[in-house]
Amino acid sequence: MELLLVLILGLLYAAGVYLILRRSMVKLLLGIMLLGNGANILIFVLGKITKGSPPVINEAYKVFQEIYADPIPQALILTAIVISFGLTSFAIVLLKRVYALVDSDDLDDLNTPEEEDI
Amino acid sequence: MIDNHILAPIFVQLFTAIIQLACWRKTLTQRYLSVGGSLIGLMVAFRLFSRVYEDGILTLNAANWDAPFGIVFVADLLSVTLVLLTSIACFAVSIFSSVGLSRQRMLYGYFPIFHFLIMGLHGAFLTGDIFNLYVYFEVIIISSFVLMTLGGRKAQLEGAVKYMAMNILASMFFLTGIGILYGITGSLNMADLSLRIQEVQNKALIGITSCFFIIGFGIKSAVFPLYYWLPSSYHTPPSAVAATFGGLLTKVGIYAMLRTFSLIFIPDDFTRTLLMVIAIFTILTGAFGALIKTNIRRLFSYLIVCHIGFMVGGIAMFSKVALMGAVFYLIHDILVKTNMFLIAGLIRQLRGTMDMNKLGGLYSDYPKISLVIAIVLFSLVGIPPLSGFWPKVFLFQEAFIQHQYVYIAALIIGSFVTLYVIAKMWSEVFWKNPSASEEVENLFAPMPPYKKILMVLPIGLMALATLYIGLNAEAIVKITDIISTQLMDPSAYIDAVLGNKTD
Amino acid sequence: MKSAILQTATRYLLPILLLFSFFLLLRGHYYPGGGFVGGLVASIAFVLHSFANGTENTMKILRYKPLSLIPIGLGISAVSVTFPLLFGLPPMTGLWFEEPIPVIGMIGSALFFDLGVYLVVIGVVLTILFTIALND
Repeated sequence: MELLLVLILGLLYAAGVYLILRRSMVKLLLGIMLLGNGANILIFVLGKITKGSPPVINEAYKVFQEIYADPIPQALILTAIVISFGLTSFAIVLLKRVYALVDSDDLDDLNTPEEEDI
Repeated sequence: MIDNHILAPIFVQLFTAIIQLACWRKTLTQRYLSVGGSLIGLMVAFRLFSRVYEDGILTLNAANWDAPFGIVFVADLLSVTLVLLTSIACFAVSIFSSVGLSRQRMLYGYFPIFHFLIMGLHGAFLTGDIFNLYVYFEVIIISSFVLMTLGGRKAQLEGAVKYMAMNILASMFFLTGIGILYGITGSLNMADLSLRIQEVQNKALIGITSCFFIIGFGIKSAVFPLYYWLPSSYHTPPSAVAATFGGLLTKVGIYAMLRTFSLIFIPDDFTRTLLMVIAIFTILTGAFGALIKTNIRRLFSYLIVCHIGFMVGGIAMFSKVALMGAVFYLIHDILVKTNMFLIAGLIRQLRGTMDMNKLGGLYSDYPKISLVIAIVLFSLVGIPPLSGFWPKVFLFQEAFIQHQYVYIAALIIGSFVTLYVIAKMWSEVFWKNPSASEEVENLFAPMPPYKKILMVLPIGLMALATLYIGLNAEAIVKITDIISTQLMDPSAYIDAVLGNKTD
Repeated sequence: MKSAILQTATRYLLPILLLFSFFLLLRGHYYPGGGFVGGLVASIAFVLHSFANGTENTMKILRYKPLSLIPIGLGISAVSVTFPLLFGLPPMTGLWFEEPIPVIGMIGSALFFDLGVYLVVIGVVLTILFTIALND
């Protein structure tokens, strides 16, 4: 299970980095999403995906040893998902507006030398 | 010492923002609320600062969970100093934006978002939990995305895409670093991490993790190979927004570096060399970029990059005097850079453009305003006895002790280029006679007098604060001395957070 | 997209999904669920309605702008966070009523925080989706 997750997470990071390095805005967005998911799985894997590591409780005591896993990675992932939800939805709206204005999907076209500033 | 009221600056901003959201589209009410809320926030921050200055570090265990398990908020002197400076900048910017911003942008919710941004800044400075720091970073960047795109002109949106992509990337690096850090140590509390990281055997892994943090914070604070998003986006939003960004956002990255490198990753030789190389290149590239720009705000953007290098160099040397220099420069930089962008906004209001070739003759038209601006520009350059001079003394002193001659050369080049570009700007904008062919679009003259005062007042206030720092440098040196002692020896911080557990 | 099947199904699904979202909100303190998930389910209900009947009709049945939910929700959450300060406790401390209330169970300040999150999530999600949908 862990090996599988590690492979998936490596794949997600690699694909995310590859997509971010492309010139297209949509691929940039997809790359950001993949990187975010990769980071979430990374936290999940590093938080030891086993039962029987309850937090707070001293290791000498055997209560809850059987069923409880460390909930902190899950709390972190939940927070990170909520945040990336907000970021992604903003990014979609922004890129859509930019596409409507620039009429191009290419990041290299975003260089209008505009001297007039507000 | 436990104090349940150290979150007051956050709550003041939060409630201001919520009430303003309830007054959606009532821009006049929002303006009053914004200025009032910022004033209350300033007073609360000042009270917190004086309490921490007298009583030492204050902590708060959120939801009454004890320290390493729950989220803890810590107000040590570095945090509260930055909270105070942020509140001053917030007050000035909110006065300025109440007259200097188009009604169109206010209708789209400029003020609530601005206060959410300030709330995020306060939270980032006060939190003692590294994941909570990440959350506040996200609050900051989401608010800054919205502020950057308000108005929706083409140049603005183009800048926003670059800004957004780089900042989200920085967050990903930061989050990955936190994940690995949690995997190694099993803790997120920064004081607890500081103790646990010493027990970890695999030092190479810690070094790699610290690189994630360097990259994450490096993107946010715009250091050498990662800075290019800043000059290509900071000149696009309205001046009030650019002032908040230029003065405060990059400095959060510096604060986070100071915090993590003093508590968690104590810099070893490799990290120091890395940071020093970064610092030198940041200074040089920023300086050379500033040389060729004719638009005032683009010029200031490159100066931000250049001066970030000074502070990173201070962190790289990592000794008491060097950190004093870095922290002093941080204090000076927040006030001056915020003011610089407000000045750029005022100049645009006076002349309708920010291109130095088209500007001119401001000194003969507005001598009093020009004198106030001159104080700020001199402070930025660092002419003794103004505020930019003192931190450089510390940085030079420590660089000579540690034989960092390349850094000294970079400091000298950076300072001279700053002097040169500011002198050029002064002669072009204030002394040169404007060419008669240019159409001057003066938006300032037809404004009613109270609006004129409200526009110049924040610049004057910030200039006064800068003057105070420069002329009363002894007090500031005393504060930075305490701060750098706390940073070099984090045991006081750790005791304050975890101390109540041992008994 | 006009589909009779979807429209008929939505008529029944909308109240059921809203009820389910409220159920998720209430059980969130001890079991999986909570304000965020509940809010998402509730906004999905409205999104489904807008798929079936068009965005304008969904805005009509909502009557108020979803944007106005954000300050209300944030206000409830912020008050429930700062309320313990009045008793000299740190912010966010859970305060509980002495007696359990039938059906719902124990009520504490955490529930009000979740309620605020629930409203904010509905407000934010619907605002974003309506903005995207109406631009076309």
